[in-house]
Amino acid sequence: MSRLHSRVWAPARIVAAGALLAMALAQAASPQPATTGERWSAEDLAVLASLSLKRLAPTPVDPSNAVERLPAAVDLGERLFNDARFSRNGAVSCASCHDPRKQFQDGLPVGQGVGTGSRRAMPIVGAAYSSWLFWDGRKDSLWAQALGPLEDAVEHGGNRTRHAQLVAEHYRKDYEALFGAMPRLDGLPRDAGPGGSAAEKAAWAALDARQRDGVSRVFSNMGKAIAAYEKSLQHAPSRLDRYIDAVVRSDPAARGLLQASELRGLRLFIGKAQCVSCHNGPLFTDQQFHNTGVPPLDAARPDRGRAAATAKVRGDEFNCLGPFSDARPTQCQELRFMVSDDAALEGAFKTPGLRGVAQRPPYMHAGQLGTLEQVVRHYVAAPHAVVGHSELTHRHAGASAPPHVERAPIELTAAEAADLVSFLGTLGSEQPSAPAGP
Amino acid sequence: MNRFISTALSLAAVVAIAGCASPPPDLDLALTRPSVDRKYVVTLQPPAVPAAINQLHSWRVSLASPAGAPIAQARIRVDGGMPQHGHGLPTQPQVTQDLPDGSYLIEGLKFSMTGWWEIKLAIDGPGGADKVTFNTVVSAPGAGH
Repeated sequence: MSRLHSRVWAPARIVAAGALLAMALAQAASPQPATTGERWSAEDLAVLASLSLKRLAPTPVDPSNAVERLPAAVDLGERLFNDARFSRNGAVSCASCHDPRKQFQDGLPVGQGVGTGSRRAMPIVGAAYSSWLFWDGRKDSLWAQALGPLEDAVEHGGNRTRHAQLVAEHYRKDYEALFGAMPRLDGLPRDAGPGGSAAEKAAWAALDARQRDGVSRVFSNMGKAIAAYEKSLQHAPSRLDRYIDAVVRSDPAARGLLQASELRGLRLFIGKAQCVSCHNGPLFTDQQFHNTGVPPLDAARPDRGRAAATAKVRGDEFNCLGPFSDARPTQCQELRFMVSDDAALEGAFKTPGLRGVAQRPPYMHAGQLGTLEQVVRHYVAAPHAVVGHSELTHRHAGASAPPHVERAPIELTAAEAADLVSFLGTLGSEQPSAPAGP
Repeated sequence: MNRFISTALSLAAVVAIAGCASPPPDLDLALTRPSVDRKYVVTLQPPAVPAAINQLHSWRVSLASPAGAPIAQARIRVDGGMPQHGHGLPTQPQVTQDLPDGSYLIEGLKFSMTGWWEIKLAIDGPGGADKVTFNTVVSAPGAGH
């Protein structure tokens, strides 16, 4: 029975209109009062309300990070975040690619650390609400994510032994106040780590287990402090939030908050443009992995996204089940119930949040699309995916909509596309993102 | 005349919406259903308090023969998704416990957004293999439906 209904959308609109007539008449008879200047159905109002920042749940607790709420951890984390000494060339800090003045990203198609990365730096505010971090979700906590770039050859180009020694040299007092006495680091090589150069790997293998554990523990605690800082960052309300909150309480102040094109774009966003099917909730993301046929950066070696990441997160020594996690194994439910064996993961990437999106081009996981106009055109064109299978429905030119599909093609005129882009400009914070307090 | 025009425009707007606005109006939401080949009668029990969006939570399922006798120790696999969006479940739920009352605990369910979701069970029990699909409509908190 459900299959029959899912085919209703594309070809049977006229037939459906009869059934929908009664519904439409009911909605038309009780629309939003005209005091707010725009008629929204009860159903649309519910969707609008769900997008408001006021509906954002309290920051989730991460049981694997025991210090995440401590102000001292936030403070230490902010200093580590901005300290470029934690890199091979002394010039790359987290802030290099996650610039606090640019919504904690860098405006580049792919990150530029000591070398050139392969993916777009993601903004950080709101990342605490993701169960999986990075575009492919290969880390299962904010603190484990922070450790990735610190040891990545093209990002910071560092290694955990050097990082631990830097913490001892420059942050011992504040580190020990949070985490207890540092392990003995004397006699260790300057550079050693499991993922670096051949020399670094050899030096790491030459350490005994106690030394490796001590270094890895300091390294994991760096991540936990950085995560505490990142978690303290919050979105400020947008103009759209002000509009939605006014509409929901039938406040005439709503009138004039959005321009006509922005209102038309909002209606498309929650309607036939289908954006809200993935870009939903107060952060405009369902936090899930989707393949939308974004052209790969390198067609010869396309990025498999989530499909290649589940093995990484399961095998990560810094995951929820690992020895450096503060969580009990029963608290690691996301890992336990992770989808890992599904063709839909091929070429799938995490839905990014859209707050502030208009101010941070370029777009997609390797910055492949330079403008929001190109993004909207991409969704309308719905190209076939190079790797995996796109969830979008491609309508071949001159043909009617394919019958056996679950999602109707996204069809927008040029004017509608412009309205949608105009609407996306209403999602920016009206004040800069900042930590919640000293 | 104006009301007629606005009604017609409202109708046009509703008909034109091809997004995930509404589940089909006559969706079968029964929580007790026979399996496809009628080997089992399956009852799905949602949590007493609906979970928040993106919150991991558990459901219970109980099996009975067509005559009503409870069936324990069957194997049940869980699948599903959102038919209107063409995607599956965001997690891989599993039966983690056979409960003392003969029902089964399904852990690890999560809904990533509001709307119409299918929960599909593949059952392997004394009567053989069979399947059943349940529909559930996840609504927004405070939606007041």
